[in-house]
Amino acid sequence: MPLLELRDVEARYGEVKALHGVTLSVDDGDFVAILGANGAGKTTTLRAISGMVKTTGQLSFEGARLFRRTPEAMARRGVAHVPEGRGTFATLSVLDNLRLGAWTQRGTSQRDLARVFEFFPLLYQRREQQAGTLSGGEQQMLALGRAMMAKPRLLLLDEPSLGLAPLVVREIFDALLRMNENGTTIVVVEQNATLALKAAKHAFVLETGRVVLGGVAADLRADESVRRSYLGY
Amino acid sequence: MTNFLQQIVSGLASGGIYGSLALAIVIIHRSTGVINFAQGEMATLSAFVCWTLLDHGWSFWPAFAATLILSFAGGVVIQQVLIRPLQGSPLLGVVILTIGLLIAINGLTTWIWGGAAKQFTGPFSTSPINVGGVAFSKQDIGVIAVSIIVVVLVGLLFTRTKLGLGLRAAAVNPVEARLVGVRVGAMLAVGWGLAAALGGVAGVMAAPSLFLEPNMMQTVLLYSFAAAVLGGMDSPVGAVVGGLVLGVLLNLAGTYIHWIGGELRLATALAVILGVLLLRPAGLFGHTAVRRV
Repeated sequence: MPLLELRDVEARYGEVKALHGVTLSVDDGDFVAILGANGAGKTTTLRAISGMVKTTGQLSFEGARLFRRTPEAMARRGVAHVPEGRGTFATLSVLDNLRLGAWTQRGTSQRDLARVFEFFPLLYQRREQQAGTLSGGEQQMLALGRAMMAKPRLLLLDEPSLGLAPLVVREIFDALLRMNENGTTIVVVEQNATLALKAAKHAFVLETGRVVLGGVAADLRADESVRRSYLGY
Repeated sequence: MTNFLQQIVSGLASGGIYGSLALAIVIIHRSTGVINFAQGEMATLSAFVCWTLLDHGWSFWPAFAATLILSFAGGVVIQQVLIRPLQGSPLLGVVILTIGLLIAINGLTTWIWGGAAKQFTGPFSTSPINVGGVAFSKQDIGVIAVSIIVVVLVGLLFTRTKLGLGLRAAAVNPVEARLVGVRVGAMLAVGWGLAAALGGVAGVMAAPSLFLEPNMMQTVLLYSFAAAVLGGMDSPVGAVVGGLVLGVLLNLAGTYIHWIGGELRLATALAVILGVLLLRPAGLFGHTAVRRV
């Protein structure tokens, strides 16, 4: 049984339809990349899963069909969503940001904090600083660290590599792979398809609000049309 | 010198009241962007509730505690019933709603308790206390102490508790707060409750020296606006410091600058608002957000 299943999920912003029936499933322990051009509906798919947009169609999580979803309820169910642009609490300290990650947990465990600082030692040095004063890469680490504090069943990431230096991107993806090895299911939306297909086990390609292609990431890397459209060689 | 010290202490007492009410205004403003014009009338209503309990033979501190609990509940109800349905609508509408609430509560208190001023006997005697050869009013000292205790408690709540963390998160970034599981709606309701309780403190502390009547807090509210603007509309620390500074400043100006006297106090407060807005719109403690992207 898949951990997450979307069937014919549609979503709209006012008059504009962003998802025209997305169908996909994510297994427990999977690492899934969602690819596609700008406006294909990648971000909206994540927002649909975490309850940030109203949807029609079916969405099941852990085998239960969920009808009216709110972000706070999905967080309680174990879905951590790191939106594009990191979305940290800019005027709160790094430590407070991490504590907020553990909001759905019973208190902030020192062990979890230590684990985040072990992943990202820079955050420990900056723990008393306001999150807004961190560099882009540090903020992405903080956003990821905050998600780790929630001990999520499912981690949703929107464009984690956007605007970051290659070295930082590598550090972020190394962390994602480690989290995935430790059992966290990950769904990542990425512009950088080469990177995403290397890290992920499975991938889906979205086009104008529909899934047009899906399968094992390595197969998609070899696929002629994917290469031409998204990998550029 | 004696007179100078007395003026400072009595200024701090008024300032504690301005600061408490300013803090209430800032708590609501920084979480929703709404300026609650009804904050003063809500405080007056709290003072009337306390007066009624005292009138029924309660002793002061239990009555005070009960008043604060009732005020908190009242704030939550106002947010849930009146403010929540307007979520997502233009701020101006909500602000105008609070002006309507001001008029409604003023009418309510007049209807229930009448317009005549009532004697409100506070917990502190008005007799002087001698400190190092200078006579201070016990009431002033008491009001300062209560204000300090309340402000410290609110500060600890915001900085040391999980609820406080949620309140701050909901104020800073409501979308993100929901994503980590914070019930932002509940946080806004708690914010209104806290603000109402703080207003209750200000109202009950002001009542003994002002006479209790439905319009009692209207000028106090203007001083509190001045204090909040002076400290920075989004800075809780600024609101309290702004209140204390303003209280002392107005008292000294009224005493030593003869053409100001008692009559131009309010005008002086408005001049402070104007001056701050012109010279330093973020206030003394408000910060222009530092952000790297």
